[in-house]
This record gives sequence, structure tokens and C-alpha cells, in this order.
Amino acid sequence: MEEAVVPAAHVHAPPEGFIRKHVFSLDHKVIGKQYYGLGLVAVFIGMGLSWLMRFHLVWPTTKVPGLELLSSTGAPGGVITPEYYLSLLTMHGTLMVFFVLTNAPFAGFGNYFLPIQIGAEDMAFPRFNMMSFWITFCAFIVLILAFFIPDGPPISGWTAYAPLSAVGKDAGPGLAWGQSLWAMSIAIFCVGQLFGSLNFIATTLDLRAKGMTFMRMPICTWAWFITSAIGLLAFAVLLPACLLLLLDRMAGTSFFIPAGLVISDRLQNHAGGSPLLWQHLFWFFGHPEVYIAILPAIGIVSHVLITNMRKPMLSAKVLIYSMMSIGFLSWMVWGHHMFVSGMNPTSSLLFSFPTLTITIPATIITLIWLGSLYGANMQINAASLFALGFVSMFVSGGVSGFFLAQPSIDIYLHATYFVVGHFHMVMGVAAIFGIFSGTYFWFPKMSGRMMNETLGKLHFWITFIGTYCIFMPFHYLGLVGNVRRYSSFVDDFMAPLMPVHKFISIAAFVTGAAQFIFLYNLIHSRFRGKQASENPWNATSLEWSIPSPPPWDNFGGKHPVIYHDPYQYGVKGSKGDFVMQDSPEQV
Amino acid sequence: MAVHGYGAALMEASPFAIPSRKLTMWLFIISDAVTFGALLFGYGYLRTASPDWPAPFKFNPSILNVMIMTFVLVTSSLTMLGAVDSAKAGDKAKAGRFLWSTILLGVIFAGLHIREWFGLIDEGVRLFQNPWGSPLFGATFFSITGLHLLHVVSGVVAIAVVARKFARGSLTAGHVEATGLYWHFVDLVWMFVVPLIYLLNLSR
Repeated sequence: MEEAVVPAAHVHAPPEGFIRKHVFSLDHKVIGKQYYGLGLVAVFIGMGLSWLMRFHLVWPTTKVPGLELLSSTGAPGGVITPEYYLSLLTMHGTLMVFFVLTNAPFAGFGNYFLPIQIGAEDMAFPRFNMMSFWITFCAFIVLILAFFIPDGPPISGWTAYAPLSAVGKDAGPGLAWGQSLWAMSIAIFCVGQLFGSLNFIATTLDLRAKGMTFMRMPICTWAWFITSAIGLLAFAVLLPACLLLLLDRMAGTSFFIPAGLVISDRLQNHAGGSPLLWQHLFWFFGHPEVYIAILPAIGIVSHVLITNMRKPMLSAKVLIYSMMSIGFLSWMVWGHHMFVSGMNPTSSLLFSFPTLTITIPATIITLIWLGSLYGANMQINAASLFALGFVSMFVSGGVSGFFLAQPSIDIYLHATYFVVGHFHMVMGVAAIFGIFSGTYFWFPKMSGRMMNETLGKLHFWITFIGTYCIFMPFHYLGLVGNVRRYSSFVDDFMAPLMPVHKFISIAAFVTGAAQFIFLYNLIHSRFRGKQASENPWNATSLEWSIPSPPPWDNFGGKHPVIYHDPYQYGVKGSKGDFVMQDSPEQV
Repeated sequence: MAVHGYGAALMEASPFAIPSRKLTMWLFIISDAVTFGALLFGYGYLRTASPDWPAPFKFNPSILNVMIMTFVLVTSSLTMLGAVDSAKAGDKAKAGRFLWSTILLGVIFAGLHIREWFGLIDEGVRLFQNPWGSPLFGATFFSITGLHLLHVVSGVVAIAVVARKFARGSLTAGHVEATGLYWHFVDLVWMFVVPLIYLLNLSR
């Protein structure tokens, strides 16, 4: 029976022993939690780094007690050097983009809920799945190692622009072994994500339960599916780019290094390469990566919003098609990151047009949310608050994108805090809000216990207001010409802006501290939370038809049959205002 | 077909009516094609940007050698096709013979390739320099053909494993077919490498 769809999934027996259950587990739910946990560790490290940066920007000569233990050269006596500021910046960006925004909403929640939402017992290739997590874990360890080597992490930013990243130790601290570790880590990470994406696509196409047609998949399943298609192609480009970078660094090639380059008064023994090639390859991955981060969040937020609106979305179909067109257009816009790179201005114009086009599906999605919210009987809880917060961030951060999409304006704004504010709001914090929303929403299913709503709402309000206090002023700073990546502004023409920086830093400390409320809530609820019922939110999708937490084979040997679209809310059913997807009731 | 097999769970027939393993191989091929695409794009970019790009390949021996290598690789695709057909028909012995001839041809290809590499290294071509012009000639040549050679070698190893396990009955015709897809892809990539890396750099 070779031709039958026989996934390896049904082969693996209930896991026994600690290692098989919790460490090298084949269970997609455990792997999902591992990804989420890795993201959680990375996000707190990344946040710590941003605290150090904000501290240094405002009090550049004040010592941070204990920091000299982490790096005696980077922070002699606890005072961060300008170079070490750049190291922190690089590690902050790399950790956040790769290990948080990719890991948690896509690999984490996707692994846990995609198979359940389509009615499968596991992923199509559980062993592959386990492997992709552990590869990602190795990538994380290799990256973190950069903190503990003598010359510290690289100073070239998360984009690792060549030739700075390619020439080696002459270019500055962290660019010897630190940068090599960075490139290795990202190459390993790409392999893990490629395997993960293959698995997601195969699972979605092949393991849907009877009756689970494509248009009956929940919106978040769609989002993970589209994201995995993007990931499959995007990481396949970053992988060879990192390999070429490693060749430049270790084998003496000059892919990204031009002739006659003098760095630190030394003529580099390279010729013929092009730094712009790195930018092309990197951003061909980098722009789709933005959507790898944001599409799962869009999916999660739509899922949470519909459940709490108690009525169907205006058009889930149009929303899904819009996500698809965002995924498609994401391949044509990488050049808008390179308007100031010296690329031909005609290309800038060509990249500007699809960039502006991408705002159309993004606007459609937003309008669908807003139109659906109109007249909805919204239930306010931590999950739905974060979902609404996401919509707010997505709009506020997205609007500045209109400005940056135009080369003539971008040339002025590109190297300023305006861009930093833009992507932190629309990609960074918005996706984080999606993760929070998903956490408050799915925690009862994942752990069998409810999270504390009061703490959740407190966490939301501090984070929501705090985020605006941090990132809105970034836009003003950028407009008045505050350049990015400088480690201090005290003796500078930007000194008059210091009060704004102080305000931002204090807001960052408060908002960051509020995240410990979330951490406390997460850990406390895991052990002491109220017992959760099977379906605490009265939701309709398949994950809510099984016990909390689900048994190892998800459906306990039963095989769900799907009768309905995912969001049958506001109907007069026997159980209330909703009908489950696997309920044979007529609607 | 696709509707049985997962216990009593009736899966909807897969949209392309192919099993997960084969689907995944196709997906892998797509992503690997993008990887090669990125490298070839980089090669084209650097080649166009370099005024001193060399054209060192003479018809004899370089192009002739490449012709033979191409012939060997295409023939190995043909034997792979035979292996998949006989495996599907259940003729294990014949499939085994075809698989081992594919391996033999793959090894010949790799041998010829490595011989060519050593010839070029003797002439002074390195990853970071060469006697004729832009140092990126050696860098792009070795990295692109090297990645392809890596694919050939891993393909040979994979086919050997599949051949043994298929003979013993622990792998099925489906595995042979998926391996075949991979092998044809390696062949297809070579069809892009030959004109771009070799014929474009033909000395005049």
C-alpha cells in the first residue's frame, strides 16, 4: 500500500520516559512548546540587551554593575564602549528576528496547533520535526557563544552588511570569530526552518481530516501554511548567502569585498566582489522574513478576534486571499531596503511600486477587521485586548510605511530612528502582540489551566501604552534627523534631543518590567491556575473539541469529521451561539 | 489511493494525489532550486560587474570533459528511470541492477569532476585567485560546482542506501521514486551549470 498517505505519525507509540516525553519528543505539541520556550528565553535576553542599549544611550558614562563580568573588553568597569553598544544591537536584532519572531508565532504555535486544527494526529514527519527543533536549538547555542568569546559578538547589525561583515578582524571587535559564529548560527537556523517548512506544507496538504477542505481551515492554519511556503523559499536564499559569507571570511574568497578596500589602515587582500550582492541576497530573504513574522500573528489575531466577537469575519475568504497576495508580493520588494545603498535610482522606482501595492492587501485585512468589529458584541479579555492592540500597532506602524516606500522620502529617513520606529511597531511589537494574544488564548489548551485575567489585562495596558511611548517618539526623532546606530548623542548636534531619549528609556524600562508580570502569570498559572474546561472560550475550531491538555495522539484514537466552516458564531445552536466544526448539527 | 492508510481516518485525497514523501521531495527540490538559483544569480551579478572576467576553458580538454560528464549524468538519469519503473513493477532484481548502474555512473561523474578540479588546481586556480583574471572566477567555479558535486555524492550515498534496503524489503518503491526525483533534479541543475559556468567561459 505504498501509494497510500501513510504518515510516519501513526507509527510512533505513546512516548515513555522523561527524555522521550519532554526532550527528544516526536510529539508536535511538545516540539511546539519547545520552540515557544526557546523564543521565551531569546525574548528576555533580547529585551535585556535593549535595556542595556537604552541605558547607554541616556547615561553613556554610568557604569552598569556586573556587566564587566560578561565582557571585560566590551564594558571595562561596567561602562559600555561604543563598539560593545553595536555588539548588543547586533545580538538584539538577531535574537529577536530569528529566534523570537520566527520561532514563537510560526514554529511554536504552528507546530502545536496546525495538526490539531486540521484534525491530524501529528505532523507528516515527526522525526523531521524533532530534528528541525534541535537544529534550531544548536543555532541558538552557536549564536549565544559569541557573547563568551574574547572579542565578543559582531558589530555589523542583524543585517551583517558586507564588506564590514566579510573582511574579518581588521574591521572591528567581534568581526573575527564573533561574525563567523553569527554566520554559522544563521546558516544552521536556515536548515532547521527549511525542514520545518517542508513539514508544515506536507502536513497541511496531506493530513487534513475528512471534510476539512481548504476553505474550512481556520485563518491561522492558513497563515501558517502561507508562511511555510514563504519560509521554504526565503531561507533557501539566506543559506547560500551565509555560506558565501563564510567562504569570504574563512577561505579568502571575495564575493562581497571590492578591490582596493582599506580598513583600519590596512589594504585588504581581496578584489572583484560586490557588497551590494550581499544586500540583494540578504534582503531577498529579509523582506519575506518580515511576513514570516507578521502573517502568523495576523492569523492568530483573526482567530482570537472572531472568537471574541461572537460573529463571523466580514469575509474570511478575502482575508485569506489578501494574506496570499502579501506572500506573493513579498518577493518583489526587497530593493526598498536598499534605496540608499547606491543601487541604480531606476531600480529604486521599480521597487517602490510593488511596495506601495503591498499596502492594498494589508489595508484590506485591516478594513475586514475593523468592519467586522463594528457592531460586534466584543468580549474583553487579555487575549482579545492583545488582538485589538495588534490591530492598533499594525495600523500605526504600517502608516509610516507609506512614507518609507517612496525613495525620495526614504533617502532622508532611511538611516534615522524613523525606520527603527517603523519596523519595531509594525513587525516587532505587532508580532509580539500576536504572540501574547495567542498565549492568553491557547494557554488553557496547552496546559489545562487558565491564566490570570486581571494580571493579563494589567500586562496589556502597561505594554500597550508603553509601546506607544517608546516607539512613537522614534518617528519624531527620525524626522528631525536623529541617526540610528549611534551609541551616544551627548556631545553632538543631537544633544537637544536627549530629553526625548530619556523619556523613551524610562518608558522602555517600565514596559520591559511589565513583561515580568507576564512571565509570573505564565509560570504561576501553569501550576496554580484555575482548571480549564475543554472549551473555555466557546470556540468552534477543532483544538477546542479535545481535552485540555490534549492526549498524546490529540483525538484519543477518534477521527474527527468536519461539517462546517471554522467560524459558526451567532447561530442558534443547541449549545449556545456557536456550532463546533465537527458537530453534525445543521446550521 | 490516498484515502486509505491512516487508520480509519479518512483523509481527503491529497490535491496532487501524491504521497507525503513524494510531495516533500518536490518541496525540497523547489527550495534547493532556489538555493542554486541564488548562487547562479550571484555568479551572474559578479560576472557582469567584473571587467576582467577570464574565459579560460578550451574545447580540449575542458569542454570535451564536460560533454562526457554531461553524457554520463544524463545516462544515469535514464538508468534511474529504469530503476523506478522496475521497482514499481515489483522486479526487485532488475531495479537493483538499474540502481547500481546509476551509482556507478554517478561515481564516474564525480571522478571525472574531481580529476578536472585537480587539473585546474594544478594550473593555479584557487578559491581566492587564478592566473587569468578576476579572483571570483575560481570562487564561483568551485563553490557552484562544489555544491553540485556535494549533491551528486550525497545522491550516490542515498541511492546506495536505498538500493540495499529496497533489496532487503525494508524500503518500498515509493522510496526509490523519491530518490529518483532527487537524482533527476541533480541532473537538471547540471544542465544550468554547464552553459553558465563552462560554455560562457569558453576561450575564443
